[in-house]
Amino acid sequence: MAELLLELFSEEIPARMQTRASGDLARLLGDMLQEAGLSFDHVRSFATPRRLTVVVEGLPARSPDVSEEKKGPRVGAPDAAIQGFLKSAGLSSLDQAEIRADKKGDFYVAVIERPGRATAEVVAAIVPAIVAAFPWPKSMRWGNGRLRWVRPLHSALCLLDGKLVPFEIDGIGTGNQTRGHRFLAPEPFSVKSFADYAEKLRKAHVILDAEERKKIILDGARAHAAREGLTLVEDEGLASENAGLTEWPVPLMGSFDESFLAVPPEVLATAMKAHQKCFSLRRGKELANRFIMVANLQAKDGGEAIIAGNERVIAARLSDAKFFFDQDRKVGLEARVPTLKEITFHEKLGSQYERIQRVWRLAREIAPLVGADPDLAERAAILAKADLTSGMVGEFPELQGVMGGYYALDQQENPLVANAIAAHYKPLGLSDQVPREPVAIAVALADKLDMLVGFWAIDEKPTGSKDPYALRRAALGVIRIVLTNGIRISLRPLFERALIEYLNQNHLEVRRQVGKWSNLKGWENVAPSHKDVLRASSSAYPVSTFGDFFADRLKVHLRDQGARHDLIDAVFSLGGQDDLLLVVRRVEALGRFLETEDGANLLIGTKRAINILRIEEKKDGKSYDQPPDSNLFKVTEEKALTHLVDQVKQAAASAIGCEDFEAAMVAIALLRAPVDAFFDHVTVNAEDPALRANRLRLLNRIRATTLAVADFSKIEG
Amino acid sequence: MAKQARDSGLKVPPSFQDLILTLQRYWAERACVILQPYDMEMGAATFHPATTLRALGPKPWRAAYVQPSRRPKDGRYGENPNRLQHYYQFQVILKPSPPDIQDLYLDSLRAIGIDPLNHDIRFVEDDWESPTLGAWGLGWEVWCDGMEVSQFTYFQQVGGFDCDPVAGELTYGLERLAMYVQGVDRVFDLNFNGGEGADKVTYGDIFLQAEQEYSRYNFEYADTKLLLDHFRDAETECQALLARGDSGERHLMALPAYDQVIKASHLFNLLDARGVISVTERQGFILRVRDLAKAACAAWLKTEAGGAHA
Repeated sequence: MAELLLELFSEEIPARMQTRASGDLARLLGDMLQEAGLSFDHVRSFATPRRLTVVVEGLPARSPDVSEEKKGPRVGAPDAAIQGFLKSAGLSSLDQAEIRADKKGDFYVAVIERPGRATAEVVAAIVPAIVAAFPWPKSMRWGNGRLRWVRPLHSALCLLDGKLVPFEIDGIGTGNQTRGHRFLAPEPFSVKSFADYAEKLRKAHVILDAEERKKIILDGARAHAAREGLTLVEDEGLASENAGLTEWPVPLMGSFDESFLAVPPEVLATAMKAHQKCFSLRRGKELANRFIMVANLQAKDGGEAIIAGNERVIAARLSDAKFFFDQDRKVGLEARVPTLKEITFHEKLGSQYERIQRVWRLAREIAPLVGADPDLAERAAILAKADLTSGMVGEFPELQGVMGGYYALDQQENPLVANAIAAHYKPLGLSDQVPREPVAIAVALADKLDMLVGFWAIDEKPTGSKDPYALRRAALGVIRIVLTNGIRISLRPLFERALIEYLNQNHLEVRRQVGKWSNLKGWENVAPSHKDVLRASSSAYPVSTFGDFFADRLKVHLRDQGARHDLIDAVFSLGGQDDLLLVVRRVEALGRFLETEDGANLLIGTKRAINILRIEEKKDGKSYDQPPDSNLFKVTEEKALTHLVDQVKQAAASAIGCEDFEAAMVAIALLRAPVDAFFDHVTVNAEDPALRANRLRLLNRIRATTLAVADFSKIEG
Repeated sequence: MAKQARDSGLKVPPSFQDLILTLQRYWAERACVILQPYDMEMGAATFHPATTLRALGPKPWRAAYVQPSRRPKDGRYGENPNRLQHYYQFQVILKPSPPDIQDLYLDSLRAIGIDPLNHDIRFVEDDWESPTLGAWGLGWEVWCDGMEVSQFTYFQQVGGFDCDPVAGELTYGLERLAMYVQGVDRVFDLNFNGGEGADKVTYGDIFLQAEQEYSRYNFEYADTKLLLDHFRDAETECQALLARGDSGERHLMALPAYDQVIKASHLFNLLDARGVISVTERQGFILRVRDLAKAACAAWLKTEAGGAHA
């Protein structure tokens, strides 16, 4: 069994692309080898800033011979058919075909023998194809070449069992040589196998495996920290990024002036991380005046010059940050609020100042629903965006909100207000914390709902992979805030309220769009009058598409949590589901119910009823939603079922009314035995049309009754 | 100073002008024509026709030059240690980009006294895009011990046209590089001429007053109505030259037309610094300059230097 070693050596590959690229290379190579009939034991891939490497182990020397049969026309078929067959099978005459017989007579068969190919030959053919069509997020040309790669490709090493596999990639011939570290071991050297390659690279100051580089970085950083009694602020992403920027990582520790510690720790950490890719350190709970940089070499002077240089850059960055912090506090938040008039939120939705006017009103609405003081919510909302005009947020946009929180405390605002300002953009990502304090919840919800409704109102919905305003993230934020905090809240009135706030501000595009939805006269030419739009708004607002969007986001969220998507569909299909917490409870109750024997059997019976109804309704072109006529019942099972259905329907409805979904399920479960008995003893499609119609009406009752808890037709199984 | 010089690993740090002279000598020895700065105000050395226009068309081209760069918005009245509204870039353009372009660049760092075995030199992803020129490329910012000292770009498109062959562009931020090698924290403290005592001339001696005066002009006193008129004039003149210079197969005034693009771009930057361009208008201005740039590039491709056949 042979080993294939492939290395594509280039100029520096962006750190963020390396892992994905080495994985893609392994996958594409593996797939194409298998397509060519070459199986193997396993494939491993590696990336450094300058190389993508794949090693495939357990390859055969050749792909197996394949014998393929191709059925042709009958003996005596017209000449055109015969010629076509010969051509497609690659035969020169009928002598080369076999004749076989089946029930209908004799026919020709071509037996095509495809001899296996040498593995090296296959590799030489597929690698250039993979390189030519490689899925880089961005690729480029260079010099006079035609090839596209992420950065100029310099050489390719390709060995099969230690022997060179010769081929060319846009004029670059393969070899058995590679290079080590750019500065520490620049001379080329030849290798014989993967083991030899990895070992020689290590001697040439290249650690091939990104995970190992990451470990060296984190271990080294922790060791530096421990020596001074500090702890590293762990950051996996930053460690990975540094592993993608180095072939020979050497963590070094530097320090900065203690006076910078007066600046908030988020600012220091961001300044060090965002621009310099450095780790921060803590002494106890406080940030320490130390940082870890990761150099790409063991310097001759032990890193003295590198540390000194980085310290100067860090000092410059931190003094910028300190300057902004001091300047910003001189102005404070209050005075910045009017300056938000100059900042556009969206061309069609006005300024950030107009935005906060809407958000604070909405936050006041929400406050009592989540147990927050409306005055505090209003105050926090008014100040929430003021840090956008601060120097610090101008420099580090990712600190928006956080800085507002600090500046609010600095001007003696209520700590709950400061906290709400700091938290109102949250949660940003899946790992980000969800606000838990009521004032923060009110402002965070108002902020997101205002944004969502606004973009909906100017028809800027996310489509496919395009979501430039991160509306999906905003919707998911609403969902997570509501579910994490167990908040009972109806969204639809809030959507409407948010829209009214936009309409009160008289934005032309919003008016035009709402006018369009409401079919108000003349919306194509002139936006309808403010009054008309306001009157029409509650009916006009396309709650359905907006609701669907939320339903989709909730589905994605619940699915990620392991819920069955069909159960979610079955609940949403009921319509009018705008209380997220109730939806989730319903889905949970439904899931538990279906796991019981009664539940599983009732599902079968109900689905049967629904299917019969669907077919018959379609056939007859009418529905059977009238109540069944008890005088027409012939069989006891019919009577029993009808009687029970009415009782169950009432019981389920009253349980739903109390939001006791378990009890509703229990009530519905009573239907199981009579439904089974009904199908066992009753023929729905009776010959007597009146009888048939009456039985279909009964089935309709079953469907209607189960709709109290879920649309069973959407449930799989 | 002595201690800082030791920190940066250099024996005698080069003066600001030494740095320029060394880079010019270095690139002159590598077959570059050493040009002088273009005689117009521009935001970056890339706007020099020796880069923007010469990057287009099939003809090989190697040039290096210093270009004063003006970014009105970056003025800080001379009070910020790093930010300037007028500074110098050292630009190298190599077309087609040679296979050893990275090594050539690293040798130039060695030439100015930066030893990559003592310093941490890194190529960090940084793609370049100029919306006003309709241009983009892929490359890196080059770090030296965490400090960005150069931009390194493989041009892919200029004026909306594919670059073929591809030019490699190296842009050294001269002040930053000099601050680094001299171990200076404030740009105005740079030793410009290498003199000591009474002979020493600092960067601040030459440019501090200019930074203060131009910051006043850029932010407070530039007549925005006049600037707007000038912008429109440049646009009109550019379009007129493009139309009148076009003789079908050939274009006879691509360079003068392109000058008007440079002018319009700088006027836009001034207006922007004066704060009279709203967010919405901004995009419109950028598109207007880009349209001019694209048309000027198209005209250039119809000239001899642009590779048009006779």
